[in-house]
Amino acid sequence: MSNGETQVAQASGERGEHSMAFHNIKTIAKREISGYFASPVAYVFIVIFLLLTGFFTFMVGRFFDRGEASLAAFFLWHPWLYLFLVPSVGMRLWSEERRLGTIELLLTMPVSPWQAIVGKFLASWAFLALALVLTFPLVFTVNYLGDPDFGVILCGYIGSLFMAGAYLAVTCMTSALTRNQVVSFIISVVLCLFLILAGWPPVLEMLIKWADPGLVDTVAAFSVVTHFDSVQLGVLDSRDLIYFLSIMVFSLFTTGVIIRGHRAG
Amino acid sequence: MIKVDNLVKTFGPKRAVDGISFTVERGEVLGFLGPNGAGKSTTMRMVTGFIPPTAGRISVGGHDVVDQPIAAKRLIGYLPENAPAYADMTVLGFLSFAAEMRGLTGEARRKAVNRVVEMCFLESVVHQSVDTLSKGYRHRTCFAQSIIHDPPVLILDEPTDGLDPNQKHEVRTLIRRMGEKKAIVFSTHILEEVDAACTRAIIIDRGKIVANGTPEQLRSRSEQAGAVALRVAGIPAADVTAKLRELPTVRKSQVLAEAAGFATVRAYPNPDGRNGALQESLFELAVRQNWKLAELRTEEGRMDEVFRSITLPDTMPAANKTEESK
Ligand SMILES: Nc1ncnc2c1ncn2[C@@H]1O[C@H](COP(=O)(O)OP(=O)(O)OP(=O)(O)O)[C@@H](O)[C@H]1O
Ligand SMILES: [Mg+2]
Repeated sequence: MSNGETQVAQASGERGEHSMAFHNIKTIAKREISGYFASPVAYVFIVIFLLLTGFFTFMVGRFFDRGEASLAAFFLWHPWLYLFLVPSVGMRLWSEERRLGTIELLLTMPVSPWQAIVGKFLASWAFLALALVLTFPLVFTVNYLGDPDFGVILCGYIGSLFMAGAYLAVTCMTSALTRNQVVSFIISVVLCLFLILAGWPPVLEMLIKWADPGLVDTVAAFSVVTHFDSVQLGVLDSRDLIYFLSIMVFSLFTTGVIIRGHRAG
Repeated sequence: MIKVDNLVKTFGPKRAVDGISFTVERGEVLGFLGPNGAGKSTTMRMVTGFIPPTAGRISVGGHDVVDQPIAAKRLIGYLPENAPAYADMTVLGFLSFAAEMRGLTGEARRKAVNRVVEMCFLESVVHQSVDTLSKGYRHRTCFAQSIIHDPPVLILDEPTDGLDPNQKHEVRTLIRRMGEKKAIVFSTHILEEVDAACTRAIIIDRGKIVANGTPEQLRSRSEQAGAVALRVAGIPAADVTAKLRELPTVRKSQVLAEAAGFATVRAYPNPDGRNGALQESLFELAVRQNWKLAELRTEEGRMDEVFRSITLPDTMPAANKTEESK
């Protein structure tokens, strides 16, 4: 046996299955994140995200006129803000991989497809988390203006991050569908829009006129808005987080099925 | 190392790979030949575990590729067709990523990257972004990726595609050298590469193996193999062929050229005329007839002729059509 071979054999022998999976996910995520920052796109995205949150919070949400020391005006717009921003982050995840043909490299390396899917998803999620963390000046602002409830604010951030994750998983799924990023973007916006509209008050009011309340509640239960509203008000109910998590698990699982389908031809 | 048994892949109604079986042991370099769309890349994609076979079994190093994909993939280095690489990375970043995915970290990773950078002559572009590389350099980068973990099995889909003549030569030499210790499969459209690098070659046509053997065996399937060409001064070619036809060792003779007082004629051997008997009898004939012999040479088979005669039926009419339309 040549040197390299023994090294590889040792490397895989020393580590258990789990730490190998962890190593693979970490390596894939690291590559993905460095991919974001290799181009100016990441910085442009973060700037746009911060500008838009600022615009919605202060201009549309009338942050100062509310006269309350909370971030309600900030979180209120997140379902809509993410509608376009999250798909623009996630649309390249698999479509780019297919367009370049690198998916053939990635999936012939000793990783399982779910490790690749999770690694890529976590990388983009971490990137979104970074953008969210960079809104911290708002927290200082409300703290300066009054006496906010930090528990509620933390809840809001956690809920927002989970909602971003749910959108991102949906985008991940659509990006596996096509090698065209724009198509993947459009489909994911449409899907996420459904998730919003199902629980958006104007839509619910319309529905309630001609459907029975039980049905309306069921529809609303599928909406991110319903679940996000309660979280951002400071009620961290495990059911809401489970809702977001199940969207993620379902979408990522479907991503795996789609990718397997492509390979089967 | 590689065992492929009755491999089938269908895309819809189309059978892209139709019952292919072969084995490759350590120390062997197997060349894959075949016209466009024959199923070479599809076969390689199945061997490397990228696409699942419709039917048949593949085992690499004793691991079934479908049932134990991770263990099998660990042993394989793969250069896909068109040499894909992450456009947003530098060559160094890309190779480090590949090494890490192969379980190499820290010092081992650094060493592995340096080794392949040197082997594939990538020193001048290590810090360049992959999407600004020229085609040949991108190809070499992807090739470097495939050997970074020094795998016992190498699958290379057109490894010399897009390389300049010097680099083609380097890669062939490298393949032959690595082939002493590894099991290598590579596909190519360049027939000289079969002689230059392979210990054995397979010709695939429309999903089936149509020829399988060492380069010499394949070449001997050529009609020309064992034929003798002779060049005679001052005699009409027709007279020469007339005399040739009388010999018991000659099955058929053919005028190749008649110019400047020289007649060049080729004689094809009968079963009696094999193994040098034909050349000997031609020489005796020339002595008897007092011919001024300018050249007498036994021809080797030609790979391109074998390739064409085996895979011809499909391409010939098309080629004729395009000529007529001109
Ligand atoms: N994903 C796919 N879906 C449908 N048909 C496919 C797919 N991949 C390959 N084929 C078909 O399978 C056949 C074999 O293709 P393959 O790429 O294996 O040929 P090849 O021998 O590598 O040819 P080339 O010399 O041009 O590279 C072709 O007819 C091709 O059109
Ligand atoms: Mg091919």
